[in-house]
Amino acid sequence: MSSRLDVRKTYKLYIGGKFPRSESGRSYVVTDTKGEFLANASRASRKDARDAVVAARGAFSGWSGATAYNRGQVLYRVAEVMEGRAEQFATEVAAGEGLRLTQARGVVAAAIDRWVWYAGWTDKLSQVVGGTNPVAGPYFDFSIPEPTGVVAILAPQDSSLLGLVSVLAPTLAGGNVVVAVSSKRRPLPAITLAEAFATSDVPGGVVNLLTGGAAEIGPWLAEHADVNAIDLTGTVGGSDEAEGADAELARDLEAKAAGTLKRVRRPSVGSPDWAAEPGLSRMTAFLETKTVWHPIGV
Amino acid sequence: MAAPTLDTAGPSTAVPPAYLDATRDNASLRAFLHGLPGVDQVGAEARVATLATRSIKTTAKAWAIDTAIGLIDLTTLEGSDTPGKVASLCAKARRPDPSDPSCPPTAAVCVYGDLVPYAVEALEGSGVHIAAVATAFPSGRASREVKIADVQDAVRAGADEIDMVIDRGAFLSGRYSAVFDEIVAVKHACGSAHLKVILETGELATYDNVRRASWLAMLAGGDFIKTSTGKMSPAATLPVTMVMLEAVRDFAEATGRRIGVKPAGGIRTSKDAIKHLVLINETTGPEWLHPDLFRIGASSLLNDLLLQRHKLRTGHYSGPDYVTVD
Repeated sequence: MSSRLDVRKTYKLYIGGKFPRSESGRSYVVTDTKGEFLANASRASRKDARDAVVAARGAFSGWSGATAYNRGQVLYRVAEVMEGRAEQFATEVAAGEGLRLTQARGVVAAAIDRWVWYAGWTDKLSQVVGGTNPVAGPYFDFSIPEPTGVVAILAPQDSSLLGLVSVLAPTLAGGNVVVAVSSKRRPLPAITLAEAFATSDVPGGVVNLLTGGAAEIGPWLAEHADVNAIDLTGTVGGSDEAEGADAELARDLEAKAAGTLKRVRRPSVGSPDWAAEPGLSRMTAFLETKTVWHPIGV
Repeated sequence: MAAPTLDTAGPSTAVPPAYLDATRDNASLRAFLHGLPGVDQVGAEARVATLATRSIKTTAKAWAIDTAIGLIDLTTLEGSDTPGKVASLCAKARRPDPSDPSCPPTAAVCVYGDLVPYAVEALEGSGVHIAAVATAFPSGRASREVKIADVQDAVRAGADEIDMVIDRGAFLSGRYSAVFDEIVAVKHACGSAHLKVILETGELATYDNVRRASWLAMLAGGDFIKTSTGKMSPAATLPVTMVMLEAVRDFAEATGRRIGVKPAGGIRTSKDAIKHLVLINETTGPEWLHPDLFRIGASSLLNDLLLQRHKLRTGHYSGPDYVTVD
């Protein structure tokens, strides 16, 4: 049998439904836990983040304006495509997170189930977190949840697929659009997930995935005046420096975000258990409540 | 600004003496225009592509953005335009960024003729010029009398710049003297108002035609040559603008008269605008980087320039929530 040359892949970013190289032309080597070469990934720059925000803003009216039922169907379709790529995800998770293949398959199954779970929530959220309010007057008064807008997500550094899905899906389910920065050391599942988005029904720009450093891109997203909210989960383990630098990064990003009046989701204390039942908090974190007073009678 | 006075004498051409022979009749015009050297299409596109790779950063970029704002003909040419929309456009032309008094005003606003009086009222004392499109814009399909009346109407209402369209049908079928005479007549009807001649390069098909139409418009007395109406695509592309700039440069060399150039339509980003500034600098020289000799016809471009301006001032990216919705 003739030996085959390795296909050494160089992955690209996912912005506006397309796969561009980083504007900066930079890439970095992704290795497994033993230091073996896996692939090259694009190292996104501030301008890639800027382009991603423009793409996301352009997609917001379509995605937030779609019916909740339609959003649910589109998200469910993503889970279907993920299912078809389950083995690829498992290989990448195993290599990146140092798991055995059987364990990795369990993680992938949990990630797909999580995606389906959130897809089911799209048309149930408003019943659960919205409602009618009893008021002292001749008004029909009701509150409905609305998406915040463009949400920047620094995805978890450790859990490269289940963690990523657990921060992406709830944000999308509520009608937000996302610019996400993947785990820096383990970006491959994020790239494959982007390929799943591109081959499902998610409109271009609704999800934008950047690979690279949270510490490098995070400040630009935190300060960007057209980003409405930021999820700082990925600041845990996001700095390349010693102990304490993560907390400093999170504080810095929060201060920057305050300068342009953003909604901020702080990183959890200690490393979160991504396998646990997620609850609604990640969905409601990026929803705003609109209350309408409608006169009755007359 | 005072309304331009109307000259009542008959049309007199201001053709430079050296070209009187060339413009005598259709045959001479044809011989002259077809005698112009052809445009090397591949060369022109390659030249433009090279210039477009220039990287303009920091202080140079800040200068370019402010210069570009000062060169804009802020335009609204919709069937749905109202006096209110024109008033808000004029307010934006005077103070593009209300939060920053250091932001320069635009060069002019460009509206349909019937809305000129509202623009005159809104721009009084600001120094911002008022351009009106006329001569049955955008198609130019009307009789000469109607076109002249259209121009006179806009000039009387207070427009100090007139954007006319040439008869592309006549140009493409080789009736050059018809186009020439029409520009001469319109120029006469403009009186002291500046005349911009729209070539609608998207309909002229070749760069050779763009060069010929540019020379025709300049010989007939146009003060500016303008690429497009903005109503069709392709509109202003960089190679077309370069061909026109070269014509203007050659015309200035031959006659000593400086004609302006106005690309219009399709210029939406600061990057596009800066590419045009580089192109001028390299083709005609920096003296053309002046509102008397260069304009950019645009509407959404201004917002992008303002966003870039915010970015340079604050250090972080801005967003569409921080500029007006036009």
